[in-house]
Amino acid sequence: MLQDKDRIFTNIYGFESSALAEARARGDWDATRDLITKGREWMVEEVKQSGLRGRGGAGFSTGMKWSFMPKQVGPRPHYLVINADEGEPGTCKDREIMRHEPHKLIEGCLLAGFAMAAHTCYVYIRGEFRREAEAFQRAVDEAYDAGLIGRDACGSGWDFDIHVHLGAGAYICGEETALLESLEGRKGQPRLKPPFPAGVGLYGCPTTVNNVETIAVVPAILRRGSHWFASIGRPRNTGTKLFNISGHVNKPCTVEEAMGVPLKALIERHAGGVRGGWDNLLAVIPGGSSVPLMPRSVCDDVLMDFDSLRDAQSGLGTAAVMVMDRSTDVVKAITRLARFYMHESCGQCTPCREGTGWMWRVLARMAEGRARVDEIDVLEEVTRQVEGHTICALGDAAAWPIQGLIRHFRPELERRIREHEAAAARRAA
Amino acid sequence: MTGETAGHDRAAPAFTFSAENLKAARDVIAKYPEGRQASAVMPLLDLAQRQNGGWLSPAAIEYIADFLEMPRIRVWEVATFYTMYKLEPVGRHHVQVCTNLPCWLRGSDAILGTCREHLGIRVGETSEDNLFTLSEVECLGACVNAPMMQIGDDYYEDLSPDSVRAILDDLRAGGTPKPGSQIGRRSCEPVEMPDPATGTDGGDGGV
Repeated sequence: MLQDKDRIFTNIYGFESSALAEARARGDWDATRDLITKGREWMVEEVKQSGLRGRGGAGFSTGMKWSFMPKQVGPRPHYLVINADEGEPGTCKDREIMRHEPHKLIEGCLLAGFAMAAHTCYVYIRGEFRREAEAFQRAVDEAYDAGLIGRDACGSGWDFDIHVHLGAGAYICGEETALLESLEGRKGQPRLKPPFPAGVGLYGCPTTVNNVETIAVVPAILRRGSHWFASIGRPRNTGTKLFNISGHVNKPCTVEEAMGVPLKALIERHAGGVRGGWDNLLAVIPGGSSVPLMPRSVCDDVLMDFDSLRDAQSGLGTAAVMVMDRSTDVVKAITRLARFYMHESCGQCTPCREGTGWMWRVLARMAEGRARVDEIDVLEEVTRQVEGHTICALGDAAAWPIQGLIRHFRPELERRIREHEAAAARRAA
Repeated sequence: MTGETAGHDRAAPAFTFSAENLKAARDVIAKYPEGRQASAVMPLLDLAQRQNGGWLSPAAIEYIADFLEMPRIRVWEVATFYTMYKLEPVGRHHVQVCTNLPCWLRGSDAILGTCREHLGIRVGETSEDNLFTLSEVECLGACVNAPMMQIGDDYYEDLSPDSVRAILDDLRAGGTPKPGSQIGRRSCEPVEMPDPATGTDGGDGGV
C-alpha cells in the first residue's frame, strides 16, 4: 500500500485551496528553473528511467513517446497537447487534478514542453467540464501573472504558452489523432497512422499528446528522482496511480495508490468494501468501460497494474474500477456499454459504425433471452470482425467488454435464452 | 428529439455576435497560429449557442462560418458531429441525466424516472413553459459521485430521487441550487472522511 510520504496528489480531494500560494506550500513550482537547467536529455532520460507509462489508458512508455519527437526543431514548431477529454465511462481522475491540483499539471506542461522543445501547449478539456476548465484557467492565469509560464518561464529563458481548448461532447476525441482533428476545427475522426503525431501532428507539426495524470506526475518524478518513482509498484508497472472506484461499493471514491495494489485491498481499504461484503461480489471492470470484466474468482487476488490485468485477460486502462455486486444484471450492464460505443462511434470505419449497432441490438435481445444459443457464437465472431479492423481503438474497445461477458458469463446468457424458449413453449402449449 | 430536424428553420432571425462576444471571439482566435482560425470554430459555436439561448440556429452556424472564413459545410459538419451543440431550441434549464454504467449501477433509472415524473416530460422533450428540457446522456466523468446529472454548466452529484425533486423545484422557483455532491461530500473523497478544513463529517446527508 502507498505510504503518505510517497503520495503525489496531496490535495486531490480539494480540502485545501488549489491556488498558487497553497500549491507552492505543497511543493509545486519548487525550483522549477533548476530542473529546466539540467536539460532536455536529462529530463527525457529520467522519465524513461522512472518507468512511467501513459495514464490515459494505453500504458505506453512516456519517456519513449517523448523521445520520438525530433531532437532539433526544424521549420515546423513543436506542440505539446494535453488530453483532458476524460470520457471513458468510470473515469473521473483528471477532473480532480484540473480543479484541485492544477499547478501540478501546469508545471508538468512546462517541463514536458521544454523536454520536447515545444513553446506552445494546448489543453483539450471535454466541453462538459466547464467548471473544471474555469478552475484550470484561473490557475493558468495565476501562473502567467507569477512569471511561471509565458515569456522566460520561471526565469529559464524558455517561452511557454498554455491555451485551454474546450471540446463539445464526443468520446472519440479522447483518441489522440481525433483530438488533433478536433483541435484543428474538424469533426473528431481519427487519422490513419503512420504518420504518427510526433512526425505529423497538430497543423502538420511534430506533436506529443499526453494524458493529464501522466503530465501532472512529471514534476514529482524530476524532483524526487526516477529511482524514487520506480521503487513504487512492480517492475514495468511503477509509480503511483489514481484509482476511481465506483459502483456497488460502500464508499465510492478516488484514491491514489501504488501500482500493483491488490484489487481486493483497494476496494476494502479505500472504498469501504463491496456492498454486502466481498462474497456478494459478482464482477469488476477494472480499467474503464473498454476493458473486459473479471468475475469474482479473478478479483480475489489480482493486482492492479498493466501486466497483471493483461495476464488476467483484462486491462488497467484508466484504472476506473467499476464494481458490480450479485444484484447486477450483468448482461444488461454490458448491453449499456455496447449502446455507449454505438453512440460514440464516429462512423468513419464500417466495421465499427455497423458493428457497434449490430452488437448492441443482439445483446439487447440476449439480455431478455430473445435469441438462439448459437447466436452467442455469432456475436463472439462479430466482435472478432470488429476488433483490429478499424483505424482507432474504439472498435476494439467496443468488442472487448462483450468478449469478456461471453468468456465469463456464457452460462448466464444460455440460461436466459433457454428460459425464454421454455416460456414461449408453455405459451404455445 | 421533438420538432423539426436541423436546417429547416430558415425563417429564424439573423445572428450576429454581441459586442462582448465579438471581443471574446477575437481573444479565442488569438490562441491559434496565424491562418489556423478554423481551430476556433468549436469555442465560437459555443459562444454563439450561449448568446442564442442555448441552441444553434442555421443563421448562427452560417454566421460562424463566414466569421472564420470557412466553407459553411465544414461548420455544419462540426455543429452536427458534437453532441453539445443543440440544433433545436432547448428549455432554460437543460437537465442531462447520465445513465452510463457507473450511474446505472447506483440508480440512474430512478433518477431519470424522477425527472420525467416531476417535469411531466419524456426524454428529449421540453416542458410547455420552456423551463426544462430533459436529456439522457453518456458518461459525464463524475463516476465516483454517481448518480449524477448536469444542468447548464453545473454537475449535481450523489443524487437521490428526493434531492432531484428538491433541485428541480428550486430551479422552477427561480432559485440556484447548490451544485456538487448532494450528500455533503467535498468532492471525490470516501463518504465520512473528515474534512480537515471544516472538521465536519461529510457522511450523513447534511449539505
